[in-house]
Amino acid sequence: MALEDLYREVILDHYRNPRNRQGLGQANAVADGSNPLCGDEVRVELLIEGGEVTAIGVTGHGCSISQASGSMMGDAVKGRNIETIRILTGRFKGMMSIDGADDPGLDPNRPGAVLGDLEALQGVRKFPVRIKCANLPWTTLEEAIKNFVASH
Amino acid sequence: MIDTDAIRSDFPILERRINGRRLAFLDSAASSQKPVQVLDAMADIYRNSYANVHRGAYTLSHEATEAYEAARHKVAVFLNASSDEEIIFTRSATAAMNLFAYGWGLNNLESGDRILTSVMEHHANIVPWHIIARHTGAELRYMELTDGFRLDVEGARDRFDDRVKVVAVSGMSNVLGTMPPVDEIARLAREVGAVVLVDGAQLVPHAPVDVQTLGADFLGFSGHKMLGPTGIGVLWGRRALLESMEPAEGGGEMIRDVRLHESDWAAVPHKFEAGTPPFVEAIGLGAAVDYLSAIGMDNVLQHDRELTGYALERLAGVPGLSVQGPADTVDRGGAISFDLAGIHAHDVATILDQEGVAVRAGHHCAKPLLRSLGLTASTRASFYVYNVPAEVDALVDALDVARRIFGLDSP
Repeated sequence: MALEDLYREVILDHYRNPRNRQGLGQANAVADGSNPLCGDEVRVELLIEGGEVTAIGVTGHGCSISQASGSMMGDAVKGRNIETIRILTGRFKGMMSIDGADDPGLDPNRPGAVLGDLEALQGVRKFPVRIKCANLPWTTLEEAIKNFVASH
Repeated sequence: MIDTDAIRSDFPILERRINGRRLAFLDSAASSQKPVQVLDAMADIYRNSYANVHRGAYTLSHEATEAYEAARHKVAVFLNASSDEEIIFTRSATAAMNLFAYGWGLNNLESGDRILTSVMEHHANIVPWHIIARHTGAELRYMELTDGFRLDVEGARDRFDDRVKVVAVSGMSNVLGTMPPVDEIARLAREVGAVVLVDGAQLVPHAPVDVQTLGADFLGFSGHKMLGPTGIGVLWGRRALLESMEPAEGGGEMIRDVRLHESDWAAVPHKFEAGTPPFVEAIGLGAAVDYLSAIGMDNVLQHDRELTGYALERLAGVPGLSVQGPADTVDRGGAISFDLAGIHAHDVATILDQEGVAVRAGHHCAKPLLRSLGLTASTRASFYVYNVPAEVDALVDALDVARRIFGLDSP
């Protein structure tokens, strides 16, 4: 179990230079997520128009894994429709499952082909206590979409 | 000086290798490891003398009861309590604090009264008071910290007013290591007629405590942080106060008589021990008390201080590291919390774990304190009788690994 599997350069880059890190004044779907055990906090704000996420803001504070995961998530869902995002979320969480039973079929010969930058987070699976960190932004995203669907 | 080689040989878990490295266990402030003497004492009861206590008129029950009450006596002697009856066994320090809050606070506080505590408390000495304040209308007030991470008792003098009915303060901060002047706080409390509760969860395992001179009226602590098992804690209280205090839980064991519409309480301490108590755990705690007494609590404190002094010195050499706590070892225990610039505490702990170094990362159940320090999480290393300077070195080396992985090597 190498630390290099966990702290890939692309993860550290997203941690140091997080993308989509701004509040959205015009958001119509918002959710807050936290992991009370370690204090990680994430806020996801979405602008959903015609079933599509046209803008996303991911803010908060916490460890490199939770913050990098949120940064990559923003890039991955922007411009996608809600149904595609649901499938993507399922794949990401599958990649994070400990036993790999729900592995979304990543191709080791073509890194990034299935989930893009997000595949860099697959090393987290080998550090079970950190899986929650990687999943936190995604669980918060699901919550935001659920809130939107319930009110529209 | 204490013989750490001999002590370490009593702790089987210290032989473990973690991720291929020798374990450096630096998280005793969260929970300590257990010596074979404690494990054996508990196994002996389960194997040879197990039956419910204070119930059956048969040999096994008698033996278990004797062992349970002997453990109470050991704890009473350890604290220099006036009598064994002043020792109430609970399931944890948290349960001890809650017993006092519900038993005493709920029945003695009313609207307009004040509860005085401090900003450096563990949640176990804050949240019960939130609940009691809501029930009684009493108001919760706080003592603050000085810039040097000491409790600012001088600056809080005007908060010791006639409306203060209870002062609840930690004897040692689990985050800062700060040991506030409990005797001075107790003196100020007595001047306004307030009762004093000391959260001894960190103090009792790490320093000699004599309740005759401590100044407190009540003292709560747990067994698992002082080499004993989980599931056992203690509330010590002055006998007269315990006798007038209401029970917080009803059930078997705590009654003298039960009728259809009312019941009479048993005498202290049994009045506060409803249901089958964690008596095997209490016996384990008794063995832990024997173990610590054999070392001598003055020696335990001195050992912790020496390691703390060494660690503070070594950590001062780590670039970007800032310690939240007193910079010297005066009135300070062996819990060192720190922030490493550019690396979140959670990441620090993961990397240290890969190097075999076990530390705590997070808010340490002291969110108001961390918020007042402008932090959401920190890393904490803490020491006990089995720790050695080489483990401090392992910590510092592992912090270098963390800085390297995060690209923070000095140019």
